[in-house]
Amino acid sequence: MSKARSSFLRTGLVHLALITYTLIALFPVFLTLVNSLKSRNAIFREPMALPTPKTFSLIGYETVLSQGDFFGYFQNSLIVTVVSIALVLLFGAMAAFALSEYRFRGNTMMGLYLALGIMIPIRLGTVAILQGMVATGLVNTLTSLILVYTAQGLPLAIFILSEFMRTVSDDLKSAGRIDGLSEYAIFFRLVLPLVRPAMATVAVFTMIPIWNDLWFPLILAPGEATKTITLGAQMFIGQYVTNWNAVLSALSLAILPVLVLYVIFSRQLIRGITSGAVK
Amino acid sequence: MGSLQLSSIRKSFGTHEVLKGIDLEVKDGEFVIFVGPSGCGKSTLLRVIAGLEDATSGSVRIDGAEVVNTPPAKRGIAMVFQSYALYPHLTVKDNMGLGLKQAGEGKAVIEERVAKASTMLSLDPYLARRPAELSGGQRQRVAIGRAIVREPKLFLFDEPLSNLDAALRVQTRLEIAALHRRLKATMIYVTHDQVEAMTLADKIVVLNAGAIEQIGSPMELYNRPANLFVAGFIGSPQMNFIEAGRLNEQGAETIGIRPEHITLSREAGTWKGRVEHVEHLGADTIVYLETEVTGLLTVRLFGEHPYATDDVVFATPDAASMHRFDAEGRAIRA
Repeated sequence: MSKARSSFLRTGLVHLALITYTLIALFPVFLTLVNSLKSRNAIFREPMALPTPKTFSLIGYETVLSQGDFFGYFQNSLIVTVVSIALVLLFGAMAAFALSEYRFRGNTMMGLYLALGIMIPIRLGTVAILQGMVATGLVNTLTSLILVYTAQGLPLAIFILSEFMRTVSDDLKSAGRIDGLSEYAIFFRLVLPLVRPAMATVAVFTMIPIWNDLWFPLILAPGEATKTITLGAQMFIGQYVTNWNAVLSALSLAILPVLVLYVIFSRQLIRGITSGAVK
Repeated sequence: MGSLQLSSIRKSFGTHEVLKGIDLEVKDGEFVIFVGPSGCGKSTLLRVIAGLEDATSGSVRIDGAEVVNTPPAKRGIAMVFQSYALYPHLTVKDNMGLGLKQAGEGKAVIEERVAKASTMLSLDPYLARRPAELSGGQRQRVAIGRAIVREPKLFLFDEPLSNLDAALRVQTRLEIAALHRRLKATMIYVTHDQVEAMTLADKIVVLNAGAIEQIGSPMELYNRPANLFVAGFIGSPQMNFIEAGRLNEQGAETIGIRPEHITLSREAGTWKGRVEHVEHLGADTIVYLETEVTGLLTVRLFGEHPYATDDVVFATPDAASMHRFDAEGRAIRA
């Protein structure tokens, strides 16, 4: 009986800790969503209160949708994020496959070199990146952002994926070689499906900093045509006056696509666990 | 169709030499088994034959043709792996047919060969299933089927039974033996299990530390082991090794006597000893005894015997079945 009680207590404590953490993590999101639906006065008077019929207002959303090309910003963000993830996954997986599968001189050094980027923030190179983009005429293009984000995402992707690819059965790859599959076929048809859970993890870790980034859009692509959503939301923040309704509404809207992408990847994460391939 | 010649195969990983010059000739239709302790290089040798691993030096000839620069798919081989290595996303049928499809065979040929192999291995009811929906034994049969479908010159087996449980292992062993008789194909089989080697092989190659210790038929290895290593490796329980000095034997360093070549008696015999432990297996009784002359001695008696721990017994070796080894561990032949 005491054992049952103590385990009940233990699970209770674990749940308490997890619930507390969830509340802390969700609080800013909750605050943003709630206040985006209130009138300006209500936001300042009672920031914590839920919108009542009296304080309910969609003025923030109206402002966001009427001022500036908000759908354009959305589209830019989506293009940059999706293309960057795709490139990071493709090149990251290819490099990881090479590092984990082939023995060649300098393999370990190459792996370390590629993983080094995890520890060195890419923003340290901002000035050089900007000079490079100016020289190649890529300033104010989405391409510049995609290139930077791909570079930014690759180290972690290679690190995680190469660890995972080492766990893929050697026998399976050997069987593929004996059956006459090319190295590309082995990579795309045998190995990639087996590391799908890891790919989903990498995709999520890559996606969020890209979507939320303000730094590089501000520096490399501040033009109206290439503004991303985070940059777009900044136009409501002035030096003296900030349109909080609009800022909060813009941020609320910006959550949605990330949420959708996350749901897609997390489903992959669960579905990708293949059993029965070996053993 | 299906001979193999290996000459002075060497393989190093960095400074570590895994294969130290292997020479071997396999005739058409032979069932050859590489056996040895783990890390002896037997799997590496198989991978060199398959072309999955490049030898550092030496030549591999299949049917007389040098294949060192030929990719695995073009060597006319098929391989069965310990972990089955089935393609998880393909059905049983597609798993078996993939090799032919890659080789550009027509649909009709693939259908026909897959049907033939699946009938041979009674896999017909499972053709539409995926590997995840099969049991371990069925998966290994699919893996064997995938090899048969290719109609290779050489079948390579890399410890194919190690992942199966004991009952299934015996059954699959019989199936492989039957398959060999039926196909009359050349098969090369790697295992660390000497029982598998003894029961299946026409010819056993005993490997140790990257070199061949002895090549011979199972009974040759059992009756005339070339050295201490082979004598100890083949046969279960292991052969007893006794220092020749303790037996006053001249001209030898070590005397070997198999547990089944010793008889026990309660009344009289050559070596007096005390029973340490007895294993009653029904068909056999294994007695471990400590004698003054020889030290610990393993004796295998056929049938049931009522010996118990601490019994005093006399052991008598069959003098004709004694093996004599010199200081280097080589067998001395009269």
